[in-house]
Amino acid sequence: MDKFQTFTSTALPLNIENIDTDQIIPARFLKATDRKDFGNNLFRDWRFEEDGSKKAFVLNQAHEANILIAGNNFGCGSSREHAAWALYDYGFRVIISSFFADIFRGNALNNGLLPLQVSEAQLSNLFKIIEENPTTQFTVDLEKETLSSNAFLEDISFEIDPYKKMCLLNGYSDLDFLLLKKEQIEQFALSRF
Amino acid sequence: MKKTLFDKIWDAHVVETINGDHQILYIDKHFIHEVTSPQAFDELERKGIPIANIASIVATADHNVPTVNQHLPIQEQLSRLQVDKLIENCKKHDIELYGLGHPYQGIVHVIGPELGITQPGMTIVCGDSHTSTHGAFGNIAFGIGTSQVTQVLATQALLLTKPKTMRITVNGQLKNNVFPKDVILYLLMHLGTNAGTGYFIEYAGSVFKEMSMEGRMTVCNMSIEMGARGGLIAPDETTFTYLQGREFAPKGEEFNMKCQQWSKLFSDQDAIFDKAYEFEASDISPMLTYGTNPGMGIKINEVIPKIKNTSDEKALNYMGLQAGQQLLNKAIDYVFIGSCTNARIEDFRIAANYIKGKTKAKNVEVWIVPGSQQVAQQIKEEQIDAVFEAANIPIRQAGCSACLGMNEDKIPAGKYCVSTSNRNFEGRQGKGARTILASPLTAAAAAIEGKIIDVSQLN
Repeated sequence: MDKFQTFTSTALPLNIENIDTDQIIPARFLKATDRKDFGNNLFRDWRFEEDGSKKAFVLNQAHEANILIAGNNFGCGSSREHAAWALYDYGFRVIISSFFADIFRGNALNNGLLPLQVSEAQLSNLFKIIEENPTTQFTVDLEKETLSSNAFLEDISFEIDPYKKMCLLNGYSDLDFLLLKKEQIEQFALSRF
Repeated sequence: MKKTLFDKIWDAHVVETINGDHQILYIDKHFIHEVTSPQAFDELERKGIPIANIASIVATADHNVPTVNQHLPIQEQLSRLQVDKLIENCKKHDIELYGLGHPYQGIVHVIGPELGITQPGMTIVCGDSHTSTHGAFGNIAFGIGTSQVTQVLATQALLLTKPKTMRITVNGQLKNNVFPKDVILYLLMHLGTNAGTGYFIEYAGSVFKEMSMEGRMTVCNMSIEMGARGGLIAPDETTFTYLQGREFAPKGEEFNMKCQQWSKLFSDQDAIFDKAYEFEASDISPMLTYGTNPGMGIKINEVIPKIKNTSDEKALNYMGLQAGQQLLNKAIDYVFIGSCTNARIEDFRIAANYIKGKTKAKNVEVWIVPGSQQVAQQIKEEQIDAVFEAANIPIRQAGCSACLGMNEDKIPAGKYCVSTSNRNFEGRQGKGARTILASPLTAAAAAIEGKIIDVSQLN
């Protein structure tokens, strides 16, 4: 996993609630046996017509955004980690929403993608800011747990589990941690049977 | 201390608590399938990590398999490659695989229970969100991502924070022709698609006590549609009777001993749940969905509610429906009876009971897809196949089929499908497909009538 670094970028707004992982990456694109190139099919059916031509969709504008701002309950539905892979591969490093589905949140964190949760009021303000000026720059500082921008005076502070924060900043995964505990897990299994 | 059923099982599986918040949870059973496992095996191989407990793993091929001509090679190249990869990985690691052609093959959440692999008190995971199904037996079962599949393969454990607990109680008598599917769609209509996020749900009350195991599985299956990682029901005589004699269930004296242990799996009286809801069975009607998430439901004779925001507007546009409109008498194009939600023998009995002596409507394409080879076999033994065939409805072979638009069974764009599956998301059953979720009876009736009819009015 890559280390999460502080960055500044524009953000794309996707003001739709309950965006499920079938929209993020439709099932017919889950047939790969590796983790590569899922970004090509990110939001496939919202981005492209049947003939491959582009629809009027926010991702189809010229942009260099590494941040996606989305409506409440982002990532619900299927457990497919391919959704996190697709968002990351496309270039997103942060998803901002007022609520994330459980499995998606975990999958994102396991892949260096930060689910940044803000309040409903903060979310609608962010949508408003981008609507007024789509080139607004935002800075995400994970170390300080802040989202800042020239468009607002006071930084938005967000919360993240301290362990997950440490993992993101250092590029560690749960697997690394669990492998350190393997002997203890084996002992536990023996004590149960 | 008073404990909930969930607490009892969870706490018994905690290897270590770290910094108060995180816990290493030991996993008893790990189901794998072709879609979410290849990258996990790859990572282990790349890092030279062995598999921790091969005996805990059971594999099947379900998402990508065709549901006709399963004796032939899979036509679609990428699907074939993915299934081949599963076969290769299982062979390499000596993992039990119930692949195509095996008498135990089927949808992972159908075969686990019917083989008696799924048992009370266990922790069960699978790289599939509908793993919540297994909770019907009184265990902790939940879907995981591929990174977590890797972790379980490598260590037989996961690092988690303990979810909160929620109890949903439904007491009273269900009305005529109201099925477990209607119960869960009703709960979703009331609670929405994220009420359960961060929680494990225990279903309690007379309605679930009196429900068959098949029905309990339908309910627990859709816990994830409320956002909950899982749902569970305390095991009882119904659970034990279902398990007795199943292939991998304990046998003889061991079974009796297990039943005694399992009988202790219930929430203590006065155990505290973080959230609790109560509903009256008599208020539940046959249900339909009209939108693009499973929480967008109505009682079968109600009208589509007013639009509240742009998300609702988008959903109704996609569905080609309008607020204020009824779905009753709406002509439909497809009927799908299948999926890990409703593809067990009881579901096909319900459908066949209605279809018997009738003929399929000409305007409708009907897909009857058993959840497993064993369910298909039982359909034959009970001569239910003859009922469907006489109605001009062929029975397909076991697999996930039209639930998820991944294999060959896809609903065409713009077409309406009354489906017993679990998700009505945009494009879920195929690009542009319009899904109306319902019970097996409502689906069967739509297959015969060619339109949605009010099954609450039937005898």
